[in-house]
Amino acid sequence: MMSNETTRRDVDAGDIQAIARTAFLSLKAARYMLLRVTEADTAREWLRSLEPASVAGSSTTDGQKICQIAFTAAGLMALGVASDVVKRFSPEFLEGMAGNDNRSLRLGDTGANAPANWNWGVGDREPHVLLMLFSDKDEIEAFANWMLSDALAAGLSRIEVLSDSDMDGFEPFGFKDGISQPSFDWDRPRTPGTRSDQDYTNLIALGELVLGYRNEYGLLTERPWLEAGDKHAGMLPSVPRERHDLGRNGSYLVYRQLAQDVRGFWRWVKDEADRCGITKEQLAEAMVGRKLTGSPLADLTLGRPIPGVGVHREGNNGFLFDTDPDGLSCPIGAHIRRANPRTGDMPGGRKGAIDTLLTMLGLTVRCDRHPTSSTLPWPRNTTVWPFFRSEDDAVASARFHRILRRGREYGEKLDRDAALAAGPVDEGERGIHFLCLNANIARQFEFVQGAWIASAKFAALTGEQDPLLGNRRPFPDTPVANQPELTDGFSRPGAPPQCRHARGLPQFVRVRGGAYFFLPGLTALKWIISD
Amino acid sequence: MIPQDRIIIVAKVTAGRLDALRSLLKTMTLNGAPGMADPANALVPFGNFDNIHFARFVVLADNTLGDLRDYPEIARDKFDPYLCFMVDCDGDADALLARMAQGSPRMKEIFAHCEGFDQSADLLGWMRKYRVEPMASYVNWVGRSVLQVRQEDRLHRHLRDALSAIQLTNPQDIFTHLKRQAESCALTPAPPTPLAWRIRKLVHMLLPIVPVLVCLACLVLFPIITIVVLSVVTAIVAVPFAIALRHHEQTDPIVCQPYEASHVNELRLGEDHDVTNQYTAMGSIKPGWFRLCTERVILYSINWVARHICTRGALGRIGTIHFAHWVFLDQRRRGFFCSNYDGGHEAYMDDFINKAGFGLNLSFSSFIAYPVTNWLVARGAWLEQDFKRFQRHHQIPTDVWYKAYPGLTARDLARNSRIRNGFERTAMNDDEIRRWLAEI
Repeated sequence: MMSNETTRRDVDAGDIQAIARTAFLSLKAARYMLLRVTEADTAREWLRSLEPASVAGSSTTDGQKICQIAFTAAGLMALGVASDVVKRFSPEFLEGMAGNDNRSLRLGDTGANAPANWNWGVGDREPHVLLMLFSDKDEIEAFANWMLSDALAAGLSRIEVLSDSDMDGFEPFGFKDGISQPSFDWDRPRTPGTRSDQDYTNLIALGELVLGYRNEYGLLTERPWLEAGDKHAGMLPSVPRERHDLGRNGSYLVYRQLAQDVRGFWRWVKDEADRCGITKEQLAEAMVGRKLTGSPLADLTLGRPIPGVGVHREGNNGFLFDTDPDGLSCPIGAHIRRANPRTGDMPGGRKGAIDTLLTMLGLTVRCDRHPTSSTLPWPRNTTVWPFFRSEDDAVASARFHRILRRGREYGEKLDRDAALAAGPVDEGERGIHFLCLNANIARQFEFVQGAWIASAKFAALTGEQDPLLGNRRPFPDTPVANQPELTDGFSRPGAPPQCRHARGLPQFVRVRGGAYFFLPGLTALKWIISD
Repeated sequence: MIPQDRIIIVAKVTAGRLDALRSLLKTMTLNGAPGMADPANALVPFGNFDNIHFARFVVLADNTLGDLRDYPEIARDKFDPYLCFMVDCDGDADALLARMAQGSPRMKEIFAHCEGFDQSADLLGWMRKYRVEPMASYVNWVGRSVLQVRQEDRLHRHLRDALSAIQLTNPQDIFTHLKRQAESCALTPAPPTPLAWRIRKLVHMLLPIVPVLVCLACLVLFPIITIVVLSVVTAIVAVPFAIALRHHEQTDPIVCQPYEASHVNELRLGEDHDVTNQYTAMGSIKPGWFRLCTERVILYSINWVARHICTRGALGRIGTIHFAHWVFLDQRRRGFFCSNYDGGHEAYMDDFINKAGFGLNLSFSSFIAYPVTNWLVARGAWLEQDFKRFQRHHQIPTDVWYKAYPGLTARDLARNSRIRNGFERTAMNDDEIRRWLAEI
């Protein structure tokens, strides 16, 4: 629900880096330059010469050369930001994606995914600065070379310059990508936590994306500040307690380079599909939860509009899983159901006052079961008093756990039929540069990755992780379990019994590198690179 | 069914013995998984006692003494750490205590670090003497025994393997086939519920209800007098309570807590080694009788609800807690809370805030440094980051933690029971069989 329909919010569009608002889709090529600072003074001077585009200036990007800048915590230190200022950033950012074993465990970065095996992100291959460059295809090479030679001359060293490739909006496995994204309340502030949030909403408070604005709790997410006495503090907007806001208009950027084994994927899918008497496309679509073209597997629309789902996306995005509680149309463990379960604050959506109260006390979960063919008979809520099945309420409300994805594909496109044949020995890697923005790494990216994607217990399932992204490590992966539970399954509740549980899924996606960055607002950027 | 019981032993650690105690406790844990008990460890081989669900040893050290500085009346309080030994078990806890004293006499070595104990002391007598009763306790599913959990897990694994090898299509054929396949799985029927336990439970349930019934009866019989009396009582109790509550909520000192990276990382070392995690936290109750009385009434209510309403799979909307206890300490100046929950820590806290924030506010807002509440239920935990820092700040690493069924969540256990219920039926119609198969 919107409050103050007529009040437009004061957003510093000129101070927010443009990537928060646009993916620069009209610019078909990108380069991700991962750099380390060796000479802070000259590096700062060179960085000052760059002109990162802002949200205000990005309305027409056609034919432009765009640059966006982000830093790791190590990068801020290397550029000369005082360590007691760096310490005020969020703990996850400070520790880094590969910063401790517990984090790696939670993110599924163990086994082949372990940071020790990464190509970049750890030790002296931990980047300091991320430059994201976007332009037309025929200009990107020259643009990147020019930037790189300037950077090298200015006291930065190169870890990697990673290229993207244009797959026409499809990801390497062959699925339409980037369909489901949260919409943010850029124009008019949303009042979160009202009764309408008992239903799923795709319209999310700007504070979940950009620091300095109200988040889904109606609060300002914690962000770094400067004391009035700190160097050049006056450059930054002041906030209460005589502090200056270093975080305002910034965001945290998560970057994971994910290699996809396209041949391995389609070969396994083909074998399993043959066993079950379906086509490989049908099985792969069940694993993703969408058709290759991006449309949902079945008509799961609820007959009411969803806030924040644009009209042009309604066909592919205007649905919920409430009408498919048993996963008969879209398996519960399917990738899109894990990445965004489309849950509201109340299981089954909005309720009356009495039902709300009863649900809060745990006395009933009355999901409105739509009489569609997708629901199994034997109404599940009438078997035991007090008619409560906590399975129906196993998944957290989605609005606290959304991220804005800004990824691009890389490597050579491989057709799914061609993928079945043996590849050349020296075949290049393909995959996704997974980039996403969020205001609170722990509650947003790490939650989605840990509790939904990598978890072997998502939505009361057992023995399976995300069918695409899972690392397939047994869990618990410790000496505690004498019978570790395998996590390499995938179940399709709608399939006949002998085909319902696929087992032995190989690992299809491998983490090749990653880091947490801070994408500063332009004023904060000026402060960071000021002398 | 077998009701669940708990052992909670709390005793002061002898001065100067803390480090020795901690290193001794460390010998009970597994390499590479800090805090995770070796089920066959030499001191207390938990795995030998087949009716223990969860157990823990935790040194209750107070992290939060610095927060007392805004409360002059208690600011100079000293605190000596306690050792807490906690067990959730099936059947009579005292009988288990006797078995443990008999079966793992080396427990003496642990308690020898506590006041009032020396190696020659009578272990059982000492443990009985230092047993405390929690103010409130929660059991995920009253009556589900360890034996049942293990048998049903075995049945589930067996059926799942049999199902994936099956070539039949008719539901009735599948059901018959699976029943035959899993014949060998032992499923012990639940023993009769002890009569004494049922009576105690009934009395406990009626205790707060009787006054309500009496009032209602009076209201019918002598309406006017009753209304007058009730109004007067309300005016005397409720109005001053509301005024006092708002006064406290608006004037309690706000204690800011920094994020303590090293403390949080120490806690994390002991997390995510299993699908279930342990949680222990302690803090000081705000001084004065008002907060203490409020806390006692609230914990009484939580205990009542947990014992009589939330007995099958969820506490309010939270379906991830196996067992939880709220205990007072130090002549009720402090309290500690222990739970065993499924999933990661961040997810547990998010679940709590969003599904049961009011419950968090009720049960912890009497503690010093809790984020500001409105009318006991609002705000508080919904000040998300303040709350998350508060709870990490008060959390204590659990030194030794044992779970009898690694890898299984509370929801797994409930599902396995449903599978067993279906399996034990003599006949089901096709639809029922399909539903049953979907669970496997």
